[in-house]
Amino acid sequence: MSGSILYDAPGPRAKRLDRTLNIVFSLVFVGVVAWIGYSFWQRDIFNDRWAVLWEGARGQTPADVWGSLARGLGRTLLAAGIAAPIAMLIGAGIAIIRRGARSRWASAPPTVLTELARGLPVLLLMFLAKLVFGWPFLWSVVFGLVVYNAAVVAEILRAGLAALPKGQREAGLSIGLSTMRTTLIIELPQAVRIMLPALISQLVVLLKDTSLGFIIAYEELLRTMKLNSEFFGSESRIVFFTVGAGIYILINMSVSRLATFVERRLREGGGGKGLEPPEIGPAGPIPQSGVGGPAREEGAHAGDPVFGAGRRPESRPIPQRRPGDDDEGERRRQAYLGDPTAQSLRHNTRTGDSR
Amino acid sequence: MGTFIDEFGTIWGAFLATLSLTVVSGALALVWGTLLAVMRVSPVGPLRTFGTGYVELVRNTPLTVMFFFWVFVAPSIGFVPPLGFWIAVIAMTLYTSSFVCEALRSGVNSVGVGQAEAARSIGLTFGQTLSQVVLPQAWRTAIPPLISVLIAHTKNTSVAAGFAYFELVASMQRLTNKHPADGIVIFFGIGLMYLVITIPLGLLAARIERKVAFAR
Repeated sequence: MSGSILYDAPGPRAKRLDRTLNIVFSLVFVGVVAWIGYSFWQRDIFNDRWAVLWEGARGQTPADVWGSLARGLGRTLLAAGIAAPIAMLIGAGIAIIRRGARSRWASAPPTVLTELARGLPVLLLMFLAKLVFGWPFLWSVVFGLVVYNAAVVAEILRAGLAALPKGQREAGLSIGLSTMRTTLIIELPQAVRIMLPALISQLVVLLKDTSLGFIIAYEELLRTMKLNSEFFGSESRIVFFTVGAGIYILINMSVSRLATFVERRLREGGGGKGLEPPEIGPAGPIPQSGVGGPAREEGAHAGDPVFGAGRRPESRPIPQRRPGDDDEGERRRQAYLGDPTAQSLRHNTRTGDSR
Repeated sequence: MGTFIDEFGTIWGAFLATLSLTVVSGALALVWGTLLAVMRVSPVGPLRTFGTGYVELVRNTPLTVMFFFWVFVAPSIGFVPPLGFWIAVIAMTLYTSSFVCEALRSGVNSVGVGQAEAARSIGLTFGQTLSQVVLPQAWRTAIPPLISVLIAHTKNTSVAAGFAYFELVASMQRLTNKHPADGIVIFFGIGLMYLVITIPLGLLAARIERKVAFAR
């Protein structure tokens, strides 16, 4: 899709070249995969070690094995499930204070704090909670996730608020709401709506960061994989790695897909027309993770109406005027051609009421 | 405060370890990520498939799992990379390159269609179109997101602490065990060392963004 403008529709020679290259590279890939498979086979990777998944081993039934993996996954999801709502709430709170506060004294501390929290590694924050505060494992993980992600959510929402048309705020203020209430009940719902894809992408980052719990010895999915492979011997390492990594990738991919889906729906229709998600700059808002970057389909150009959506801008015929035409003639001509703004001429000449 | 000054030798060593890991794997990730981006926009189908598959897979894998693979799993299938620095370089490079690829690709997508059409119409080949016309413009849009990728990359090097590489976070662990009463001071000291790298990068990004801002 993206590359199609870089080369023409192929002619006969290009088609031949294309086919040759296709075949060559396909063969190369098949060769590499076959070579990896062969060397695995030589090292007996495909022996009965995989049977631990459906037959069990060392007195453990398969249900025990899968049960322990499920408990590990449960603890991963538990940490993410506690951290995500708290981070969203705090992030929204910070964004509201920064937007709605009237004095600089109220808005400066949150600004400094978010900048600090975004600049520190999540792992460092987790170690702070565990080693310095002496918190239990789960809450150390949650602490690291909340501090970092709240700061990022605040930045995302700030970008969303800044992208709203000015009239929204002015309308709120003009009916007598305070700046804080205007932000809270008029601007924030719209900002959340246009930034929804970014917020969902941030969820992927948060999910990925739960695996940092492995390092501070929280017993989540990755740690469970390790413990299982220690119990069943080093041969089973690759087995448990394949299963665990598969689970991570499956979950993250589906959440990423959800973000892309929501983004497409927002762009294609609904009541948010005219509200384009703002471009995501670097110093700006978006999910650069504790352990990741923007996990979104269109990356930095998510809001780009032209290239983001993969379609060209609509064109509109240029109004043509012949020399010697006066304004009245032009209006009549347009009315005849069906320009909607000139309809009053056709339908409503009697009252002179211009709608 | 005294602890921070007393132990500054350790912290400085750890800082250099973080910095060297950041620079070496960052440079390699830029190279490999650019290659991936070229694959993803190339006319050759299998290369596109490979690039897309690689990026999708790596982007959705936690970095810790990536490290876990190279440290614990790779040796059991017969590949034994040297533990410590080089394992960290391998994992960080493979991981960050997928984000570099995405940043560059969004840059390529942002170049006006007319530019590529014009280049094609005067008879430039795919390689010429890309290297003479599209990439020079794509860089301008891609640099700010690239820098934010590099900032995240800097912070991500902390994961190496869990896999036998002594860098800043590992030094925090050691120092906090040594001086339990000064945990907060050590935390802020270590945090400061990260900010020394990330804040200048952020300022640079903001500056470049202002400088290359142009209407398209």
